[in-house]
Amino acid sequence: MSPIDFVVLLALISILAGVLGSLVGLGGGVIVVPVLTLLFHVDIRLAIGASIISVIATSSGAAAAYVRERMTNLRAGMFLEIATTTGAVTGAYLTTVLPARFLFILFGVVLGYSAIAMYRKRKAAALLSVSHDRIANYFKLHGSYYDDAEKKEITYKVVGTKPGLALMFVAGMVSALLGIGSGALKVPAMDLAMHLPMKVSSATSNFMIGVTAAASAGVYFARGQIDPIIAAPVAAGVLGGSMMGAKVLGRIHSNKVRILFVVVLAVIAIEMFQRGLF
Amino acid sequence: MAQREKTPEELERLEQKVRQTEIAISWVLRVGVVLSVIIVTIGLVVIFIHHPGYAKITGGVSYHTVAGKTALFPHTFGGIIKYLKAGKNGEGRGIVVMGLIVLLLTPILRVVTGVISFIYEDDPPMAIVTAFVLFVLIMSFVLSGA
Repeated sequence: MSPIDFVVLLALISILAGVLGSLVGLGGGVIVVPVLTLLFHVDIRLAIGASIISVIATSSGAAAAYVRERMTNLRAGMFLEIATTTGAVTGAYLTTVLPARFLFILFGVVLGYSAIAMYRKRKAAALLSVSHDRIANYFKLHGSYYDDAEKKEITYKVVGTKPGLALMFVAGMVSALLGIGSGALKVPAMDLAMHLPMKVSSATSNFMIGVTAAASAGVYFARGQIDPIIAAPVAAGVLGGSMMGAKVLGRIHSNKVRILFVVVLAVIAIEMFQRGLF
Repeated sequence: MAQREKTPEELERLEQKVRQTEIAISWVLRVGVVLSVIIVTIGLVVIFIHHPGYAKITGGVSYHTVAGKTALFPHTFGGIIKYLKAGKNGEGRGIVVMGLIVLLLTPILRVVTGVISFIYEDDPPMAIVTAFVLFVLIMSFVLSGA
């Protein structure tokens, strides 16, 4: 295989990763990591470095559109970044201490559980009109957005900031430790614990994962895990894909986004088990 | 700060400021993203121009045949400059990494824009929150030793 085959094929697959990632609020690592390791036989360490690049690319590419359309809850996102960034810095220095196999299995269980919980919420996804959460009220984290699929303005209140923060810390730590799945925990945290609408959870997760990944990217870069010949097609492809995906999310019905997310989550959970057990 | 009811004009002005913030953040993200794609693509093209042999389509799927030729790459900020000066043997890779650095800096610049915006919106709690996030991000880069 010559470099041009590699670059072109990887860029095409990355476009797909970008589209999917921007729709469900994940970084596209779900596609990039297995494709690199299984199809291209890239060392897992370099694949994880490329995944970090993919996360930042998905995030910035899609968030530009989501913020403009007010689908992202800017205040909630920036508030929760306190926890994700500190989690990411903590995680980056725990890599050598914690056994990765155990983490993969544990994370697989957590994601599997989240997938089931989110699937069951599909019919009872009523939004709140009052919130007694003092932190959310103080920082004015509540919001509204115009839903293009339902053709109306949707107003919602935020609750559960404390469990939200705790889960975000874990999400940051996990993404630094395993290099994958930063959005996989963020979306359930916002959907289940904080009662944000599904599309807002996805768009806000998208907005946040770039910053979480940036907090551990320096470490990956210094360790030499970011190979330009891998990262270049990934960055370019994912950016293109995420900008395309961002045009679609507004028009899809919330429940379809939820189902798509649950499916992706289940796939990641299986991937985690497979990495932990074999 | 004393909390009092805001007049409709004040509310409208605040609304406008929030909208400007959203536009500013969106703009920073878009510029960063477009700039990084352009630089990365130029870098890739330079690699292929310097090494015409790379551009032969052979089929087959394995990174190792590729890595044999490109296993070396910069991984410090100083290293990028060295690669940029290395001409034929490193220029392309140096440019790609520079584009990747622009990509890495985009979310950080977005946080900086957030801090400035919340000060502009006269919202101290959120300004402090965002400034803390920025501090953690900067520390992560300092500690990484890149």
